[in-house]
Amino acid sequence: MDKCCCNTKSRLIYSCSGAANTGEMADQISRKLAKEGYGNMTCLASVGAHISGFVESAKGADKNNTIDGYSVAYAKKILEHIGVSPTKSYALTEMGVEKGKTPSTEEIVSKISNKIKKDLSLKAEQENNTEGDKNKIRCERMLTK
Amino acid sequence: MKIEILGTGCPKCKKLTELTEESVNELGVSAEIIKVTDINKIIDYGVMVTPALVIDGDVKVAGKIPSKEEIIKWIEEKK
Repeated sequence: MDKCCCNTKSRLIYSCSGAANTGEMADQISRKLAKEGYGNMTCLASVGAHISGFVESAKGADKNNTIDGYSVAYAKKILEHIGVSPTKSYALTEMGVEKGKTPSTEEIVSKISNKIKKDLSLKAEQENNTEGDKNKIRCERMLTK
Repeated sequence: MKIEILGTGCPKCKKLTELTEESVNELGVSAEIIKVTDINKIIDYGVMVTPALVIDGDVKVAGKIPSKEEIIKWIEEKK
């Protein structure tokens, strides 16, 4: 979880947790992205179970990114079910993974993680870089009201 | 009624506390307002973005500051 609620964008990562190789891989990729600072991994099942903390966190996060095993995209659908449109959605079968076949090796997890990281970084660059400063100014103004 | 404000104490958390105190005073309800700054306790609620407002164990909002009208509505629902 981010330590400061003012100056940082909150980015949550939701992973498919299905039994297939694609689910396993989505989980490992999500953990790798979280570990390397691309967001905080959170619990998709809790969102599906309508646990209030997880639901409200999804609604309040700046970005919600989903990593699904394949294009049916359950993680994306669970978020949409609570009225949240994912910022970015990835389906591993659309990134070269074959369901039931591609092994979840460290090499393949790294390769796909790198593709996602590149995509997320590109998107971040395209956004306004002064967003962090805007948030800080907004917070300072709140205190003087 | 137990109202908890979850957050580490930054300006947004303080603003939410202020609005909550005002709402409780306006309604004249008996409520205990507690600030929760311990990250582990915050995560136990499933809250991943702060500040967050919890009323009698139910997370009403996270990651943003609600309007006073919204806070009043939530308190009235729990009365």
